[in-house]
Amino acid sequence: MPKHATPLLDQLESGPWPSFVSDMKRQAEKKPEVWDILGQLELSYHDRITHWKHGGIVGVFGYGGGIVGRYSDVPKQFPGVEHFHTIRVNQPSSKYYSTENLRAICNLWEKWGSGMTNMHGSTGDIILLGTKTENLEPFFWDLTHELGQDLGGSGSNLRSPACCLGQSRCEWACYDTQEACHQLTVKYQDELHRPAFPYKFKFKFSGCPNDCVAAIARSDFAVIGTWKDDIRIDQAAVKEYIAGNYPSNGGAHSGRDWGKFDIKKEVIDLCPTQCMWMEGGELKIDNSECTRCMHCINVMPRALRPGKEMGATVCMGAKAPILEGAQFATLIIPFVKVTKENEFQDLVDLIEKAWDWWMEVGKNRERIGEAMQRVGLPAFLEIMDVKPMPQHVREPRSNPYVFWKEEEVEGGWERDIKEFRRRHAM
Amino acid sequence: MGYDPKNPMEGRITDLGPQYYGKHLPPIIANNKGKWLYHEILQPGVLVHVSETGDECYTVRAATCRLISIELIREICDIADKHCGGFLRFTTRNNVEFMVDSKDKVQPLIDDLKSRGNKFPIGGTGAGVTNIVHTQGWVHCHTPATDASGPVKCVMDELFEHFTSMKMPAQVRIALACCLNMCGAVHASDIAILGVHRKPPMVDDERIGPVCEIPLAIAACPTGAIKPSKAVVDGKEVKTVVVNNPRCMFCGNCYTMCPAMPLSDPEGDGIAILVGGKVSNSKSAPKFSKLVIPFLPNTPPRWPETVAAVKNIVETYAKDAKKYERIGEWAERIGWEKFFEKCDIPFTDKSIDDYRLAYDTWRTTTQFKYTKATAQYTE
Repeated sequence: MPKHATPLLDQLESGPWPSFVSDMKRQAEKKPEVWDILGQLELSYHDRITHWKHGGIVGVFGYGGGIVGRYSDVPKQFPGVEHFHTIRVNQPSSKYYSTENLRAICNLWEKWGSGMTNMHGSTGDIILLGTKTENLEPFFWDLTHELGQDLGGSGSNLRSPACCLGQSRCEWACYDTQEACHQLTVKYQDELHRPAFPYKFKFKFSGCPNDCVAAIARSDFAVIGTWKDDIRIDQAAVKEYIAGNYPSNGGAHSGRDWGKFDIKKEVIDLCPTQCMWMEGGELKIDNSECTRCMHCINVMPRALRPGKEMGATVCMGAKAPILEGAQFATLIIPFVKVTKENEFQDLVDLIEKAWDWWMEVGKNRERIGEAMQRVGLPAFLEIMDVKPMPQHVREPRSNPYVFWKEEEVEGGWERDIKEFRRRHAM
Repeated sequence: MGYDPKNPMEGRITDLGPQYYGKHLPPIIANNKGKWLYHEILQPGVLVHVSETGDECYTVRAATCRLISIELIREICDIADKHCGGFLRFTTRNNVEFMVDSKDKVQPLIDDLKSRGNKFPIGGTGAGVTNIVHTQGWVHCHTPATDASGPVKCVMDELFEHFTSMKMPAQVRIALACCLNMCGAVHASDIAILGVHRKPPMVDDERIGPVCEIPLAIAACPTGAIKPSKAVVDGKEVKTVVVNNPRCMFCGNCYTMCPAMPLSDPEGDGIAILVGGKVSNSKSAPKFSKLVIPFLPNTPPRWPETVAAVKNIVETYAKDAKKYERIGEWAERIGWEKFFEKCDIPFTDKSIDDYRLAYDTWRTTTQFKYTKATAQYTE
């Protein structure tokens, strides 16, 4: 029997899309506190405002993140959600699961929590939604001892790094995103669990410039796969595409009649650098002009592949708009090898150089992208020991206000006004 | 034994990190990692990946809500145990992927998923509308300006046929964030549904002293609208702050720093629609989403205004854009003035940037297209 009437939420049980309301009602049969989640949500639907209080610092001993405190502002009506803290559990790279592990997580959450989850949170964690303060330590004990799993990040920490599925099931991955993500997450456990930064810091690992984990939009440190040699072409497969024997774009457009595949219109003319042409029945690419955008490869996956000399481009400083406006990550390192053979040392060097600086100069709640804006890209490149190059900008500056340094100017800045006056009367 | 509250530090294990992903890969994936040659979408929601070893991995992608119960996860596990050798994965957009190692296992899997009512709609691939990434909303967050799971359900009910088909000019990525903090990072989505506030924070003079660091609340304001002040509470003078309301841009950052400055309100809060963002570097560079509808009211449980607005943009784009063109690329090709005209969206001053770097978005050329917006000058 429902504990609360939910006439507004009940209207979200119809329609073709899965209904979270129906799912919660099913869960409420086993976990009665879910009725109170539904009841409070119904009240919000009626009042058109949230009924969760602001914050509340809770956690497990020794960690400064991974759990987000949450309390109801109507606990008398909904005692089952008086405390409703969120636990973030760090997901395995690219979110593959054995059902054995998923079932173990479910059992743990049945025992210590509400039974509701998010698969997954925006940053990538498994989100376990709603538990009481007194359950946090016992939950953490079981999570670490029985499942061998750990919490994710929250607050001014390294947040749980995330990656695309990479080489595990994608032909375009230019490095092993899963391994890089896992190894660097393990390496920086202290930074992930114990807040020591000015604000949050996110790593994201995408295997190619399609950037399926949105690294360039969402991470302070974005590692995006690329290559430095020539796109591999299978001319026989190109002919198959032209003949219409292979579906363009991996079949992504098959639901509508777009007409016969036209390699000129769909590939060559859409190339942003116009570096492709047909010659003697073969597709030619001037690779020195290619910016590796992926369009041609996306359209003809059986004919074109990234080159063989693969690595990644590192961009830094992305963030959502709060506060100074949204930023995409800025290109810092055009190409770096990403390999576990040297334990990802090239990435480690960059990360630690950036952290050393940001932890010293970053203001409270200033993302590294905002700190980069504040000091300017030339200063940041110097901090990162990176020589400036045209690839760092979309276009050169149009104002002439250069911050010359004294040592860059012949004779320095010390001058004698009296000596100047002897030659220049005022 | 388990946790002993009398000896909380004894036997404690920390800093394990995530489980090693290698333990969670189905054999077909583990055996072919790094060897994949190409892929193809066989039908909406069904992919094949072909390896240089000759192996084939068939993936069936089904939507789930982001907010799901352990009962549903167990059902997902049952399906994976029955068909997929006990493995599965989730995508970054809340879809679940079931993988099998031969073609004959695909149809039984699809049949099984379809037999479970509307729990696991199959789709979300290629040139269609895939699952919406979103935030917590009223179900769990303290700062939201709208709900999340509810509006998502309503929008996807309406766009359902585009989830299960691939008739769009390109992929359409919709995202929802329930306030300007944008936990959902909707700032680079084809269509962003964004909860917004429109009333400045109230200042709780009685509570601000005990619960807030007043200098932090003042520093939190990006426009300098918050100033120190004094108030009288129970006959005693207390330190507080005062908000210069006309300078408030309703970002809510002060409330994040100071619980005594709430700004949520049933009439003030609602939804803004932003369009034309993308993350991929394919063809054009990543783009931010742009604000085209500044406000729609919160109308639970079905948010009809928001649903209609999103549907209108999706369908106008589907009719007008060229193959491979994302919404932002389409809008840039036809010009934003034409975007507003074709979508029949009234253009207001709210779409003209007056915050940081605003000048970058002002038009500084004589090149423009005549639309009905310019009729007052031409007729």
